[in-house]
Amino acid sequence: MSVVSTARARVTDVVNLFATPLKASHYVELVNPLWSSHKLQARVEAVWDETKDSRTITLRPSRNWRRHRAGQHVRLGVPIDGRRFTRTYSISSSPERRDGCITITVKVLDGGRMSGHLVRNLDVGSYLPIGLPQGDFIVPESTPVRPLFITAGSGVTPVMSMLRTWDIVGNMPDVVHLHYAPHRYDVIFGSELEKLGTTRHRYRYEPVLTRDGADTPSTDHHFSGAQLDELCPDWRQREVWACGPQSLLESVEEHFATAGRARAVHIERFRAPMAEIPDDAAGGNVTFTTAGTDGTAVAALANATTPLLRVAEDAGLNPAHGCRMGICHTCDVPIVAGRVRDLRTGELIDEPGRAVQICISGAAGDCEIELASRLEQKELQR
Amino acid sequence: MTNALPVELDPAVIEQLGRELDEIYDSTIADLGERDERYIRRLIRTQRSLALGSRVVMLAGASLRKRGVFGSKVGVRGNRAGTALLGLGTAGLGLAKVLENMEIGHNVMHGQWDWMKDPEINSTVWEWDTVCSADHWKHGHNIVHHTWTNVIGMDRDIGYEIMRTTSATPWNPVYLAQPIYNTLLMLLFEWGVGVHEVDFEKLAGGTTEEKAEQVELFQGFFRKAGRQLAKDYVLWPSLAGPGFVDVAAADAVANLIRNIWSYMIIFCGHFPDGVHLFGKEVVEDETRAGWYIRQLLGSANIAGGPRFHVLAGNLSHQIEHHLFPDMPSSRYQQVAPRVRALCVRYGLPYNSAPLRRQFGTTTRKIWRYALPGGKDTVSEAPALRAA
Repeated sequence: MSVVSTARARVTDVVNLFATPLKASHYVELVNPLWSSHKLQARVEAVWDETKDSRTITLRPSRNWRRHRAGQHVRLGVPIDGRRFTRTYSISSSPERRDGCITITVKVLDGGRMSGHLVRNLDVGSYLPIGLPQGDFIVPESTPVRPLFITAGSGVTPVMSMLRTWDIVGNMPDVVHLHYAPHRYDVIFGSELEKLGTTRHRYRYEPVLTRDGADTPSTDHHFSGAQLDELCPDWRQREVWACGPQSLLESVEEHFATAGRARAVHIERFRAPMAEIPDDAAGGNVTFTTAGTDGTAVAALANATTPLLRVAEDAGLNPAHGCRMGICHTCDVPIVAGRVRDLRTGELIDEPGRAVQICISGAAGDCEIELASRLEQKELQR
Repeated sequence: MTNALPVELDPAVIEQLGRELDEIYDSTIADLGERDERYIRRLIRTQRSLALGSRVVMLAGASLRKRGVFGSKVGVRGNRAGTALLGLGTAGLGLAKVLENMEIGHNVMHGQWDWMKDPEINSTVWEWDTVCSADHWKHGHNIVHHTWTNVIGMDRDIGYEIMRTTSATPWNPVYLAQPIYNTLLMLLFEWGVGVHEVDFEKLAGGTTEEKAEQVELFQGFFRKAGRQLAKDYVLWPSLAGPGFVDVAAADAVANLIRNIWSYMIIFCGHFPDGVHLFGKEVVEDETRAGWYIRQLLGSANIAGGPRFHVLAGNLSHQIEHHLFPDMPSSRYQQVAPRVRALCVRYGLPYNSAPLRRQFGTTTRKIWRYALPGGKDTVSEAPALRAA
């Protein structure tokens, strides 16, 4: 076995030497980008509007992609105005899908640069950089579980992947699914969920329409202990997977923690949980600099709650970034002067030279942030 | 202060000129977008297709020449067609190497495309199709040459430390041979660039640490060069079987085309008549505006059409490139008229002429300065101090 793989590696080395300083894959890519092995890309195969402001995008990843597990997410890059931006999306398709494609479902967020672009402007046939599937929001594959799914809005996407998998394989467990959406016609995958509720008797679908028949927002139908007792009386015997807006996740966590069931709750978030920022917290003038002799400075005004990454992007900069939720540390840059606030914990950072995750840090007064300088990167390379 | 520059402009005026150049840079960078991204991606795709296609054509030509696939009767015709294909493939590969080294490699490694945040088309990871390793080149070129442009004793690109290109360099009988090694440098240009970063004085007589550093540079060079040689002179030729020598020779010619062309373009950047050289006092307390003026006076453009500029890697816009080294090269044609007009308004020279003039005066200079003496000719313009 190892002899074969060593021999194969040798052959690959020699083939790559034909393409030096590139790899053979750079030329294979010319024929079909999905055959390349030096990077991961996906072709947009189809787009489909789920609701008025959300769209399912069918992607065919390159050959070297790894099959996901239901519930996992993926990082996707999109060039907007020539610049690449990265976001994370749950995969809504089942890994059992036979055609090798995956789907993500994107909802336009208020002021969302990338979600707006993905939902409105994406061309079928274009190629997007993609990451490998990641995440531990998954259901054990073999041990029997009795899941309670609590989802809201586009938070249904990872759960949809699980439900579709059980539907294809035919091993639907005893599931109760509470799903929150404003109106009936705003429910992403609404008709598919309803159909699943009628065809799979072990799956109980409980849509909660929070604004049905009413124009004004109210919290009457939001998640509560009483509501849970009514819709899923046996919730104490169930394991919970929840995905949705921060407020929902907080009340779910709190409810189960009070009941001593905190360990039974699995949460998938698409934003870092943010700390309570005092109302009187002020932002300030932020200066983004690059060090070195070709140094430049860009000034921007920031409020206390906007992540500095977004502030920099709005000022026309494009700092390196990845997850945008404080996990991957791609965006770490040193603070030179002033003070910033870690928006997840509320912690204030004013120690010059300390690395700051700008995707989850806001200004706490005037501050100066040093973005990676080109010259410095070059020196490091040597 | 900027008084050390050979210009008769008030420091305040120089600073104002600097702000105008900043504004040209800022407005162009702010305008970068999808159009620019499409340009570089398409260029890279075209270049790679051309390189691969040319190699295939070359192989087909070489085997046709050896086998005469149509049998003995039409063997002569097959032979002739094979030679034609071999020539076509050679020209194509030469062109592909020119594009790869100049308009793509040189410019990507300057960071001109880093703004796209593409992990591949990025100055920190790009490696090019020459025996010179990208890391060595980026240090010698981006940091040393672009920072200390034309400052005698600091810019190692003045005569590439082996030639006398100014009367300020004292004459030495060794320089008598410079027309010869200038020709050798032209033919073997990639090798000259490859070892340029190695400091032979330090290698011979430096401290232990300095020597170790130079040895390490050499090792890096050998690794890169070894792979390049294996590709062009062993691997691809071996695919041609009996046509091995044909393909190896064709690859050598393609490399030669690239060497001569890049030598010509690059030598026209700072050596033609009219270009200024500076003493070290210029860079003491030099402001950004002063640096701009030094780049302006120390560089020369080659006039030509849009296609010529692409083939020249836009180094035919050497002035714009030296003012804005990390501006995408595709924008130089657009900013050139603004820079030129600015030079006219401030009374500064803008050294631009066709290739035959720039290359002609460069070559004449190399021949002339092989002999003792010589008089440096610098461009004349209203704001320049009389020499």
